[in-house]
Amino acid sequence: MAFASFNEFLAMGGHGPYVWTSWAVTAALLGGIVIHARSERRQLLRNLQRRARRERRLAGGRAPVSHQRGGHVDDT
Amino acid sequence: MWTFIHKLGSPRWFYAISARLQPWFWAAAALLLLVGSVWGLAFAPADYQQGNSFRIIYVHVPAAFLAQSIFVAMAVAGLIFMVWKIKVADMAAAMMAPLGAAMTFIALFSGAVWGMPTWGTWWMWDARLTSMLILLFLYFGVIALRGAFSSRDSASRAASVLAMVGVINIPIIKYSVDWWYTLHQPATFTVTSRPSMPMEMWLPLLIMLLGFYSFFIALTLMRTRSEILRRESTKRWVRDLAAEEA
Amino acid sequence: MPGTETPMTDTEAAMPFHREPRGGLMVALRATLKRDLVLLLRRRSEVLNPLVFFALVITLFPIGISPDPELLATIAPGLLWVAALLAALLSLDSLFRGDYDDGSLEQLLLTPQPLAALGLAKVAVHWLLTGLPLALMAPVLGIMLSLPAGSYGILALSLALGTASLSLIGAIGAALTVGLSRGGVLLSLLVLPLYIPVLIFGAGAVQAAILGDGVAAHLAILGALLAVTLMFAPWAIAASLRISING
Repeated sequence: MAFASFNEFLAMGGHGPYVWTSWAVTAALLGGIVIHARSERRQLLRNLQRRARRERRLAGGRAPVSHQRGGHVDDT
Repeated sequence: MWTFIHKLGSPRWFYAISARLQPWFWAAAALLLLVGSVWGLAFAPADYQQGNSFRIIYVHVPAAFLAQSIFVAMAVAGLIFMVWKIKVADMAAAMMAPLGAAMTFIALFSGAVWGMPTWGTWWMWDARLTSMLILLFLYFGVIALRGAFSSRDSASRAASVLAMVGVINIPIIKYSVDWWYTLHQPATFTVTSRPSMPMEMWLPLLIMLLGFYSFFIALTLMRTRSEILRRESTKRWVRDLAAEEA
Repeated sequence: MPGTETPMTDTEAAMPFHREPRGGLMVALRATLKRDLVLLLRRRSEVLNPLVFFALVITLFPIGISPDPELLATIAPGLLWVAALLAALLSLDSLFRGDYDDGSLEQLLLTPQPLAALGLAKVAVHWLLTGLPLALMAPVLGIMLSLPAGSYGILALSLALGTASLSLIGAIGAALTVGLSRGGVLLSLLVLPLYIPVLIFGAGAVQAAILGDGVAAHLAILGALLAVTLMFAPWAIAASLRISING
């Protein structure tokens, strides 16, 4: 251990602000990158699932859908 | 051998293999970065000249190393894409560029902050900082060029060519900037190159370096997987996969 | 089927042109050089504009900084080099733009001759009508910036050597961005970082000449940079043109 107390550790021999800003910016950037990558992946999977659901719905109910649409045209 | 490479080059195989590799690299990155940080910040002895401000080295040097390595990796991926038309290589290159720019930014920022206690000024036209700045512009160029094309294939090939041109130029830029610096500036105290660094200071640096590299590999694998989902979203296996994970 | 729609005599007359003439590459090179020279000389403003820009930028500095001859003399080498570099950059966008717009660039790609050589010919013309005039004009502007005597020759020589590399490197960027409608700013973003080594050694040569040091080393490095770019750039230009046309 290079420091006697926790306060000394924070002070970094008077260079505290410089050391801690460098480390904080680095940590924030790395963390932000990871969070971005995770949310990107989740978003993509969600989009794919939404599309899959929509396609399943369209494939399953094609005939009723076209019938309904025809009905609509008749109504208006 | 070739069949293996082409299998790895197919997005589906890459997706499967990277899923197995990825957790290991994430674990290695987390462990190494944690150990390196604690060791570097709290246990490594203070520098006899710079005191505790030298602890910035543990983020500055790995970021600077990685910034240069990523550009080389990007150019190699570009070459693989251009020669063998392996799409995964281009996806990886596209994902590497922003990370490389971020690493260059970290190196620049920590270098500038480090400059205050050592030089007494936020910015010096120091050889290392100057070539880092130029590297940042090179990254911006590659990212901007990729974004400027409307066709994805053209964008990929143009970015690959630019990355290769850039990688040939990086050593030339580096040496000419070094030469320029020795000519113009009085010999100041160089921050990072010291004749001998005691083992207790050097080991945490090595650990941090390895941690940064693991982070880079893990993140590139993860984002390349995302990019595969994005670009291959019409393929059958991707749809099955999405349905599976639902 | 030829001959069914056109008269026989026409196809016979056209036949010899389908065969590749002897010394095809030299013929193609000479034709490209001649065509580009004629085209550029007809659009005289495109040749003159970079020169006017160069003079104008140099005029701005004494106004913006100070008319003090001593101060100007110290910054003159770098100033002249930076201004010449920007002027050369300004002319790059038109290097392939005209040919791209009228479709002759596609014809260039279709020729059986290697595209790298033809691209090199186009770059040579660009340098002849941009880099060389800039180099010849620089000493005059050097007088206005009270550049110390004895460095004028080196200024012109270093610029002539350096702008050749600049044209070659710049042509890669121009080829990459020619297919984009708003390629201008992007072009400078791509190309300027790559210009830095040339700038360092070009301005260094002039500075060394002022200080009375040997300039041979600087000029040799500028020559080496030119040799390296001459080796790699044509292939990159050809690849970039293919990307821009086919994409």
